[in-house]
Amino acid sequence: MIAFVIRRLLQSVLVMLTVAFISFALFRYVGDPVLIMLGQDFTQAQYDTLVSELGLDQPFYLQFAKFIVAALQGEFGISYRLARPVAQLIMERLPATLELSLVAAILALCIGVPMGVYTGLHRESWLSRFFLTISLIGVSLPTFLIGILLILIFAVQFGVLPSFGRGDVVKFGTWSSGFLTTSGLKALVLPAVTLSLFQLTLIMRLVRSEMLEVLRTDYIKFARARGLTNRAVHFGHALKNTLVPVITITGLQIGGIIAFAIVTETVFQWPGMGLLFIQSVNNADVPVMAAYLLLVGFFFVAINLVVDLLYYVVDPRLRVDRGAASGH
Amino acid sequence: MASRSALGRLLDSDVFHSFRGNPVVVVSAAITAIFVLAAVFAPFVTPYNPYDLAGLDLNDAFTPPAWTAEGSARFLLGTDDQGRDVLSTIVFGARVSLLVGFCAVLFAMTVGITLGLVSGYVGGAVESVIMRVADVQLTFPAILIALLIDGLARTALPRDLHSEIALYVVIFAIGIANWPQFARTVRGSTLVEKNKEYVQAARVIGLHPGLIMMRHVLPNVLGPVLVIATLSLGFAILAEATLSFLGVGVPPTRPSLGTLIRVGNDFLFSGEWWMTIFPGAALIILVLAVNLLGDWLRDALNPKLR
Amino acid sequence: MSLKRAYRAALLAGAMAIGLVAAAEAKPFRFSVSGDANTLDPHSQNAGQVTLILRQIYEPLILRGKKLEMIPGLATSWQSVEPNRWRFQLRRGVKFHDGSDFNADDVVFSIKRALLPTSNYSIYVDTVADAVRVDDHTVDIVTRIPDPILPDKLSSVFMMDKEWSEKNNALRPQNTREREEMFTVRNTNGTGPYRLTSRESDVRTELARVDSWWGWENKGLNDGNVTQITFRPVGSDATRVAALLSGEVDFVLDPPLQDVARLKQSLRVLEGPEVRTIFFAMDMHRDELLYSDVKGKNPLKDIRVRKALYHAIDSNAIHTRVMRGQSIPTGTFFPPQVNGYIKSEDVRLAYDVERAKKLLAEAGYPNGFEITLDCPNNRYINDEQICQAVVAMWTRIGVRAKLNAMPLATFFPKIQKDDSSLYLLGWGVPTYDALYSFQSLLQSRDGQPGNGIWNYGRYSYAEMDRLINIMKTELDSAKRTAAINAALKIYREDVPHIPLHHQMIPWAMRQTVNTVHMANNQLEVKWVKVD
Repeated sequence: MIAFVIRRLLQSVLVMLTVAFISFALFRYVGDPVLIMLGQDFTQAQYDTLVSELGLDQPFYLQFAKFIVAALQGEFGISYRLARPVAQLIMERLPATLELSLVAAILALCIGVPMGVYTGLHRESWLSRFFLTISLIGVSLPTFLIGILLILIFAVQFGVLPSFGRGDVVKFGTWSSGFLTTSGLKALVLPAVTLSLFQLTLIMRLVRSEMLEVLRTDYIKFARARGLTNRAVHFGHALKNTLVPVITITGLQIGGIIAFAIVTETVFQWPGMGLLFIQSVNNADVPVMAAYLLLVGFFFVAINLVVDLLYYVVDPRLRVDRGAASGH
Repeated sequence: MASRSALGRLLDSDVFHSFRGNPVVVVSAAITAIFVLAAVFAPFVTPYNPYDLAGLDLNDAFTPPAWTAEGSARFLLGTDDQGRDVLSTIVFGARVSLLVGFCAVLFAMTVGITLGLVSGYVGGAVESVIMRVADVQLTFPAILIALLIDGLARTALPRDLHSEIALYVVIFAIGIANWPQFARTVRGSTLVEKNKEYVQAARVIGLHPGLIMMRHVLPNVLGPVLVIATLSLGFAILAEATLSFLGVGVPPTRPSLGTLIRVGNDFLFSGEWWMTIFPGAALIILVLAVNLLGDWLRDALNPKLR
Repeated sequence: MSLKRAYRAALLAGAMAIGLVAAAEAKPFRFSVSGDANTLDPHSQNAGQVTLILRQIYEPLILRGKKLEMIPGLATSWQSVEPNRWRFQLRRGVKFHDGSDFNADDVVFSIKRALLPTSNYSIYVDTVADAVRVDDHTVDIVTRIPDPILPDKLSSVFMMDKEWSEKNNALRPQNTREREEMFTVRNTNGTGPYRLTSRESDVRTELARVDSWWGWENKGLNDGNVTQITFRPVGSDATRVAALLSGEVDFVLDPPLQDVARLKQSLRVLEGPEVRTIFFAMDMHRDELLYSDVKGKNPLKDIRVRKALYHAIDSNAIHTRVMRGQSIPTGTFFPPQVNGYIKSEDVRLAYDVERAKKLLAEAGYPNGFEITLDCPNNRYINDEQICQAVVAMWTRIGVRAKLNAMPLATFFPKIQKDDSSLYLLGWGVPTYDALYSFQSLLQSRDGQPGNGIWNYGRYSYAEMDRLINIMKTELDSAKRTAAINAALKIYREDVPHIPLHHQMIPWAMRQTVNTVHMANNQLEVKWVKVD
């Protein structure tokens, strides 16, 4: 167990280093931050001074090493665009993205899993077919189009929900929450629905196919043969066994939700990290972009690690598998 | 020979009967076929070539669809902000979308199958490395990987060159995000096949491992690969549209359906709804048809589920 | 009626009256533009979205009136006491938002701060040598050369409190080289009608009315009633329009042109010109164009080719389709608000495809030629769409223009390296005088300060240079006007640019909002009246 954890931790560190390298390399040469910072009139001398003061004339590996050291200290430099520490900016935006992702994930799970179970158990019912058709439309609709249409209908046409932003927020230290005000909750509805729709349909379809697989196993056949009720078989045995893949999927989906939040936040002007990222891309704000990628990379690696460990706990068979795999 | 027999099995089997018995699937297949044919023969089937600048008249811009009061019979689905025929731009846009989709999937398939076969057959450290890379990559959402690759290309390549090869960058970005699915599936099947007696026998008589993989293992993994490929095609088309919507996809000189939607989106509130609704509908119908096909194919090829 | 009841009734009436007064007085105003200010330092970034916020909080010595005329602000009067010395009498009794007094030391400090290298406002104090305190309410500004338009320029320089800046270590304009955030990025202390109450970059900025502002008593200076300002930038055009339509914001400074017609149906739209002209400039210097298939010669040096490109443009179609009527097509390169404009020289070459083809053939290009058009895609209103349309129009006369559209961060460095054969440019005239346009855009680049600094096509014409030099020095206004007229005639006849239109800047707001449209595209909330 400990060896497994250590191995996974090491792998995670390696992945993080790779992500750090990519995020650093990716944005090292985007646009010309110096030009943007200097505005319209400047001299070549001013330009050169700024380049050297920002350390942009040092060799690549030196800049990268500096970047890592600083990042470990939570020091991502100062945003070129907003002239404020990047860590502070990200901390300001983090709650918005996390709250949105959380609500979207809960929506996706609470609706997606039951729908998946239902369609798995009742393959031929018309409701299952209906769910499946809806889910197919769900995976076929681009997120941005859904968002625009929702704004058009609920904000402009009926005027019942706000079209952008987070509404009023309540502050707890550095955290700001939209959960506690009516306007904050109303503002959450459209973006959360938009963001969850794709994940919801994916989860539903995956749960369904897992259910179908499990229901065919001998284990379930034996359970039925033992005369257990359908209910006991379905929820006591089948659902429990679909848990493992559902955990994996959920973990992966949270990553997906954070990534797709970029699109949703752009459409709804949701003041989260995704919007900050896109605004930074447009302004060649390198420090913010690098920090965003690192942070998102960190989230993914952490989620993955947790999922792996949960996996290990939930499904004893895997312990054997993993051991065998590493024996190669 | 082996692959032909696999294809033969496919057509003979009740897969084909299941196909004919399911009207939704037949319609999906027909829609997909129409899209593909229209895209391939776009210059011959569209009323106009929307990218022939000499044929454009700015005074035609913002013509509504033909059936509306101010519509013109010349433009069935209306025109866009530059006076291009929307129907023609959709067909040409679908051409780009499908091209990106097909090539990305083909690329992912080639990489995935190769790595899957190799890791399944060779095993050992090679397998560990390939599968770990696949695992790690799977934890990152494909759309983010595509964003990264595209951004990387933008920085690494000079601007002029980038717009020339932007299309290939997008194909590569979406393709590379998709290979692990193929690799995983192929590896799984390979592991199963590897220990079967006929493969063992082929090994014993000293056949080249490459040959064994090509002739004996590959045909047996084609079914699941086909399913993943179809579903990936839907994903790839959507991914391209999303990238283009965020403004980092294909260059605007060769607009895809996603680019058309992005441009049209600015005109949604001003009443020129046809500029975004029609490409949007085309995208949804195309992806839906492809996904329905893939869905059905998965169920049909998986005997366990029947 | 018992005393108790009467007392209670009186109390109730009083409470109601208070409630009514409070309800009548609270006038919130929520507005939106596409981007947020990236700093609130008064001298750091000279950009429209920054001054839009700053001008509600800070004030310059000289304010601009509703027609952009100069009116007394923190200075009550000013005069040129010597050729190189301007004297400003300061307003008495003005207080900063933190309660400290405004005096001569603050002016000297602010002018010198704007002069520092980290300032982006140095163009407004470029001639200033020194600022000298004469007494507590008098300041002299000494210039290196006589500068007749110094007051015009100072109307863009905001005044800060010296003590406050010293206390908060904000002696220099903030710049991003610092590895720490400067106090002035998010904190303000001005003398203006509103003070900052809260700020979240990119999300929300709140301002509250300063009841003690000196200007509220002066009705000519303000007629607004807004007590609370909420500013929320919304980047997506569609979302910003949706927010206005659904009533989540009261005012949008930059509605997309295509939505203006729809917004007009239910909302108030103020339309007005901006002092900015859009035109195409051409490389008329190189002997062989950079991005063209014509080898060994430069077709753009041939006036027939320039005229052909001009004749091929259907400016009316661009006006109605691309600009949705929000433009004023023109045959010259600055609008009527600018001193020197004459209607008789503002005549376009007719849209005439046949004539254009004939001219091309005469010039030796019967089959046209290939060229690249460089175009910004996020600088002017619908800039990329204009270029797309014009490229299509040129195709009809055989000129195969390749469109190279790019963000301004790429576009400006490219043309500033003279690395372009043909480009779209928009030119604003902050001085409202023709000289600024002529000198920057058309004078030969001879290394003299200001001459041809934006003349990237390197147009050079001796008679034009001579006339521009007259504009600079001639004190007799009739003679100067004659020189401008003559230069405009050359502009019309020699086609150094292909002019297109003056930009219009519609502002959209709810019916309950009244304000004054400003040609500098800046909103003054002190003039906003909310019903």
